[in-house]
Amino acid sequence: METQTEVNPMASEFPALLATVLDAALIIASAVTLLAAYRVIRGPTVPDRVVALDTIGTNVVAIAILFALTTDTGLFITVGLVLAIIGFISTITVARFITEGDIIQ
Amino acid sequence: MTLLQTLQAVVVGVLVVTGTFFLLIGTIGLLRLPNVYNRLHATSKATTLGAASLFLAGFVYFGPRGAGLISLVGIVFLFLTAPTGAHMISRSAQKIGVPFVEGVSWPVPDDVDEQGETD
Repeated sequence: METQTEVNPMASEFPALLATVLDAALIIASAVTLLAAYRVIRGPTVPDRVVALDTIGTNVVAIAILFALTTDTGLFITVGLVLAIIGFISTITVARFITEGDIIQ
Repeated sequence: MTLLQTLQAVVVGVLVVTGTFFLLIGTIGLLRLPNVYNRLHATSKATTLGAASLFLAGFVYFGPRGAGLISLVGIVFLFLTAPTGAHMISRSAQKIGVPFVEGVSWPVPDDVDEQGETD
């Protein structure tokens, strides 16, 4: 532990508690993403499926941020932001497609 | 390890636990609540708060430059777009006629009739 001084000091020196918390949060976020797929498959109406897909998108954003924290890679924060943007655009598009029938007149 | 690093790690841990708790609550609401509108009520608030809390943990972890700044941009983006998306979905659900839970009615009944006629 003491020999690794080149890496981020927080990632190398901080005891295993934060790593354990991050791993547990990653497991919970992944399980929650899988559980939301139940509502995508079983959802009685189309808006149910859109809501569930939106939730899955937000959970994947959370997984990206947790992965960035776990591996100490700041790039994955950007990945999470781009995923959030794509999820918002797809939600708006599908909600408009349900009511209007087409997207671009 | 200095005091500041310990404080940083504790704050990151607390924010991560809070965010994961909100994600869990949002998905339980998505699975258990009876209606589109109720599910939307659960997921749009809880999941937004959860993801924003995780972004805030990223800001505390990575510092005020680089990835931390992107985390702040992500918080602002989430707080702007998540209510907008939820409103769009619920409006389209009401337009295609997904029924409310029994006992729940529109506050002004004329509004629904008026909207139904214009469509």
